[in-house]
Amino acid sequence: MNRIIKFIVLDILKNKIVLVYTLILSILSWSVFSLEDNSTKGLLTLLNVILLTVPLVSVVFSTIYIYNSSEFIELLLSQPIKRSKIWWSLFFGLSTSLLLAFFIGTGIPILLYAPSDVGMMMLLVGFFITTVFVAIAFLSSILTRDKAKGIGIAIMLWLFFALLFDGLVLFVLFQFADYPIEKMMVGITAFNPIDLARILILLHLDVSAMMGYTGAIFKDFFGTSLGIIIAFFILLLWILIPFWVSLIKFKRKDL
Amino acid sequence: MKRLIAILLLTSTTCFLYAKTHEVGKDKVYKSIKSALAKIHNGDTINVYEGIYKEGNIIIDKEVALIGINFPILDGQKKYEILSVKSANTLISGFRVQHSGYSTLDDPGGIKVYNTKNVSICNNILDDNFFGIYLQYCSNCIVKNNSIISYGIEEQKIGNGIHCWKSDSLQIIGNKVSGHRDGIYFEFVTNSVIWRNISDGNIRYGLHFMFSNNDSYISNIFRNNGAGVAVMFTNKVKMFNNIFEENWGDAAYGLFLKEISDSFIFGNKFIRNTSGIHMEGTSRIKVERNIFESNGWGMKIQASCMDNEIVSNNFIGNTFDISTNGSLVLNTFNGNYWDKYEGYDLDKDKIGDIPYHPLSLFSVIVENNPPAMLLFRSFMVTLLDKSEKIMPSLTPDNFIDNTPLMHSLKL
Repeated sequence: MNRIIKFIVLDILKNKIVLVYTLILSILSWSVFSLEDNSTKGLLTLLNVILLTVPLVSVVFSTIYIYNSSEFIELLLSQPIKRSKIWWSLFFGLSTSLLLAFFIGTGIPILLYAPSDVGMMMLLVGFFITTVFVAIAFLSSILTRDKAKGIGIAIMLWLFFALLFDGLVLFVLFQFADYPIEKMMVGITAFNPIDLARILILLHLDVSAMMGYTGAIFKDFFGTSLGIIIAFFILLLWILIPFWVSLIKFKRKDL
Repeated sequence: MKRLIAILLLTSTTCFLYAKTHEVGKDKVYKSIKSALAKIHNGDTINVYEGIYKEGNIIIDKEVALIGINFPILDGQKKYEILSVKSANTLISGFRVQHSGYSTLDDPGGIKVYNTKNVSICNNILDDNFFGIYLQYCSNCIVKNNSIISYGIEEQKIGNGIHCWKSDSLQIIGNKVSGHRDGIYFEFVTNSVIWRNISDGNIRYGLHFMFSNNDSYISNIFRNNGAGVAVMFTNKVKMFNNIFEENWGDAAYGLFLKEISDSFIFGNKFIRNTSGIHMEGTSRIKVERNIFESNGWGMKIQASCMDNEIVSNNFIGNTFDISTNGSLVLNTFNGNYWDKYEGYDLDKDKIGDIPYHPLSLFSVIVENNPPAMLLFRSFMVTLLDKSEKIMPSLTPDNFIDNTPLMHSLKL
């Protein structure tokens, strides 16, 4: 398994796209921190990067990579290796290289400029978001054999989580404004990893505002250590469930 | 200001000019304060030496300087009001006053001053009392450098640190109050000054201020109180150079203004509050050269406010700079620095060329629909906010700073 992971990581590094991704992330992060006079504003810009760019690159790159390595997968399948082992190594290889890219590109500037609890939370959340969207890529690429369709599904999923979901939530909020839906809203965030990530960071970034009326409800939940553990557990589920579904499908797939 | 300084100088020197000196202590002529008080004449001094004095309620009805040496302890045994001052021209200094009684009927205090004038209460420690220092129907009194601590948990079961009622010309200077219901309480108090006090960790308000006209409070620190500072139903108040810090909670405000008029808020710092200033029904107030930093809401200006001027302030790192609850705007904003301003300055006069709309769409949405806070900083909301900034449709378009500064003011 380790050898397959090593092979995949090296292959991805040779691919250069991840190198460019790292470079872009680091240019963004360094410039954001050195241009803004207070690090909070820098973190705000990085928040958007983590919530938009990181998931997009993770999901699209991973989907394309899986489709492109279909021949490599077939080759491995002809060897006496378990199917789940191949799929796991592919997953580890992809997420390791993307996590590495994220850490070098964004993590190091954060550690240097904003080593506060906001920064740490951002780094951790960034790791989780990367892995979640790699897992989603595995799911979308196993759903269909057609490459264009698979990439389409991946992009649609990203669009849904990054944009549409919030629009829907806003719509629901206005429709049910007369009802006490605050607690329900906490539950709804569990259905979107990006929202979950955003709120975890928000609670550290806008702590004063979050002490207000509804903020307090979120703070009561997500602010406690139990809430944080639950939130990260849900993020972990967001990694495990899509990957697990894809693994089952991969095991049964006629290649 | 000059008059103020003159008064301060005069009072601080006249504190100690009295005729005869009597001594109270274990091995002195008088064993108890009460026995000494019974014998002395107006204008005498009583020096009270170290020890614990459990004498119930001590009533001071002669003009006397009651001076504690090395903080003698006056203990109310949780039953009595400890010192009741009923004569004018009295000084109480250097005592440790502790464990007063508790009663909501007659509000016993550590030191309570009744219907008199020219009383100074200086350099005392008040520990675990129902009310700390209580002044009613007083004039020309000084409460200075006292440290007042209590350990209240419930609002109903604890009194105020410094409670002033129906008084005139008071000076509340350099006191530290914590753990009471309201740190400093002013009701129907006029022409008074609150200066250099620190009020923190009180259950309700750091400073509670009602029907008290022509007062000023200057250079105080109000920190981490249950609901911040409330100034209500008052006109002509001057609030200068105070620090309002870390008042967190839905109903907590750095400074809560209700029905205030003709007042000045100059040079204050509002840092890390849920709301820096909350204004309701205020008119003709000038808010100038203040710093609003890292608050949830810098200012909440309800639509019931009018003719307020918000000029030359720094708004830095607030989640929302301004919010309001209506579309009526009768207040003016000019020459403030907003760190969220994204305009440019082509003519290099350090004033932004395009006006700034301090009211974001999302702050309006949150005001009407609080759970929407959940979506804050999501891409969708940022998008909505940006389009609203360009073409205001939901937010009032005259809510505007026409001369936003490019750089923060040095305050």
